[in-house]
Amino acid sequence: MTTLSTDLRSPGDGPLSARRAASPVNWGDRVFKVLTAGFAALIVVTIAGMALQMLVSSKLSLREFGWGFLISTDWNPVVGSFGALPFIYGTVVSSLLALAISVPISLGVAMYLSEMARPGLRAPLAFSVELLAAVPSVVYGLWGIFALAPLMREHVEPTLRALFGFLPFFQGPNQGFGLLTGSVVLAIMITPTITSVSREVLRAIPRTYREAALALGATRWESIRTGVLPVARPGLVGAAILGLGRALGETMAVTMLIGNRPEISASLFAPSYTMASVIANEFTEATEDLYLAALAEIGLLLFVVTILLNLVARFLVWRVAAAGGRT
Amino acid sequence: MNVPNSSRFRGSPEPRGDRSVNDRFFDFRLLPLFALVFGVGALFLSGCDAGKGRPKMDDAAPVGVISLNGAGATFPFPLYSKWMSEYNKIHPNVRINYQSIGSGGGIRQVTAGTVDFGASDAPMDAESQAKASGTIDQIPTTLGAVAVSYSLAGMTGLRLDGETLAEIFQGKILRWNDPKIAAHNPGLKLPDQGITVIYRSDGSGTTSVFTDFLAAVSPSWKSEVGVGKSIRWPVGLGAKGNEGVTGQLKVTPGAIGYIEIAYALQNKLSIAAIKNKAGEFMLPDVAAVTAAASEVTLPESLTASIVNADGPGAYPIASFTYLLVYREAKDRRKGEALARFLWWALHDGQKFASDLHYAPLPAAVTAKVESRLRGLTAGGQALLTGP
Repeated sequence: MTTLSTDLRSPGDGPLSARRAASPVNWGDRVFKVLTAGFAALIVVTIAGMALQMLVSSKLSLREFGWGFLISTDWNPVVGSFGALPFIYGTVVSSLLALAISVPISLGVAMYLSEMARPGLRAPLAFSVELLAAVPSVVYGLWGIFALAPLMREHVEPTLRALFGFLPFFQGPNQGFGLLTGSVVLAIMITPTITSVSREVLRAIPRTYREAALALGATRWESIRTGVLPVARPGLVGAAILGLGRALGETMAVTMLIGNRPEISASLFAPSYTMASVIANEFTEATEDLYLAALAEIGLLLFVVTILLNLVARFLVWRVAAAGGRT
Repeated sequence: MNVPNSSRFRGSPEPRGDRSVNDRFFDFRLLPLFALVFGVGALFLSGCDAGKGRPKMDDAAPVGVISLNGAGATFPFPLYSKWMSEYNKIHPNVRINYQSIGSGGGIRQVTAGTVDFGASDAPMDAESQAKASGTIDQIPTTLGAVAVSYSLAGMTGLRLDGETLAEIFQGKILRWNDPKIAAHNPGLKLPDQGITVIYRSDGSGTTSVFTDFLAAVSPSWKSEVGVGKSIRWPVGLGAKGNEGVTGQLKVTPGAIGYIEIAYALQNKLSIAAIKNKAGEFMLPDVAAVTAAASEVTLPESLTASIVNADGPGAYPIASFTYLLVYREAKDRRKGEALARFLWWALHDGQKFASDLHYAPLPAAVTAKVESRLRGLTAGGQALLTGP
């Protein structure tokens, strides 16, 4: 553990303090510092304001349903009964499933681009990956309806059922629209994010690490596994967190494919619903106060779930980094 | 040899210090600082919220030009936007802006007074009326219909009655060759195929009208499911928007869904004929929709449900859509302009309806709306003078 005085020192403190002695007040620096601190504070203020606003808007629902809101599976605007569990389930499962599909693919692409590909191939490949990120969400959704959903219904889901039908995840009717299809489109959407960040992380690993491993007689894969991946791990987990953040908040494409049924089913073929989707779907036409408050509370919960998942992921990075530091 | 091409690494930065040692999960000594910034930020923003006022929309408008702002229902938007551009051609000094943010938003904004008029597919409830600063008149402007579309390979001419439709949407009828469906379709060879129900996942007037019809014809729908813009559907898949329902209907064999008539026609979906109260199977064409409204006697509120309407030739899944205006205008110039526009829409405007697949109002309704428009005032004086 380092002491407080050394730890709070900013990296540039040494030479700057010498200059400060020469000219007693450097106004430029001060203004710059205040200005940048202001920008930084703006972010925090915005987040706090959003959280507070949602808290105030959801007051009615908080009072009416209490903690029961979190565990109730009933969402019926007709009788004014609201529960968030199916939406929490749908959001968390679809995002994690998307991450599970996307991370191996993204890491593979990133490793190929940074370690294996010929220089002439790299730029066009990297460009096409980034092109995926530029496609608007609604286009993914429409493509999903007309291409992905029929493909899932006719080929992917029957195959999964034939291979793993004994598991409850792959049972029940397959309609092409459901949790699995929603997760697949999410996976496609977060792949460019994870790939680009991972590639940058891998590129930042000094070549001496690879050369050292190769000099010891390692194969290309062994040099990546022993020389590159352990050092890159915190950055790679960070890339996955960025992808997860995008998956949690994605609305349009998921709404168009997930089936929008507030039900929890063991089957991945069954329709589901996410928090972002229900807000996007129902907010514009909600008129009753309690209904609006319940939707605001869903927004608040999405905020909380996102923060919690990010904290967990950050904790993982920290653990990995700490472990890496010891070796 | 396995030595990599060293030129590949030319762009790599020099080895960095092992930063992981100084990395920590979170620097807890900074916690008080964050708490302070959060607190200040929260106070600041909640303070701003209290001072939120009515936006001044037309400050920049040149003298003599009257600009009216409205917001609300998406369903009549194509017709309203046509009306507003046509009206502007005749009266260049009146500019009307309409944002189709949804009926719920329209009701909220008109009760808050942030727009000059609102629009809604379903009538306002008493709770919302009470929040407004004055009496709000609900003016029927046009009629719309909801089509029941289906996707069965090579099959058209399906006929359904309300009971059967309700049982399909309740998951009580699961296959297309069910005897209850076959009973209405003696000429069709219905396939032994599962039915996939598709509903609107976003809150919408279309859903409200459709469920209103099902509740009117099926007691079990009325007691177990109910009527609303968003409801808890017993079975099916939710699709976002008319375009989402259209898409899912197209790609899902054996699907059935409900959709605004314009979307069903533009996308050439198969449309089912629905049995009306008089026992006829009707397709949702303009004449059948106008017929649905011609038997109704509008009450004082001018709002009425016209699903499962009486009378021959009526299509049973139809509804009015309303503009929401304050009976007593705050600003005489604006009130006058709005009243004149409404008068124009009620008469000359109706001829634009059928091209856009809306149905013109029947004569009896027009007469009632006329007298209501004459009742619009500013400072106690009628806004419409003369004929």
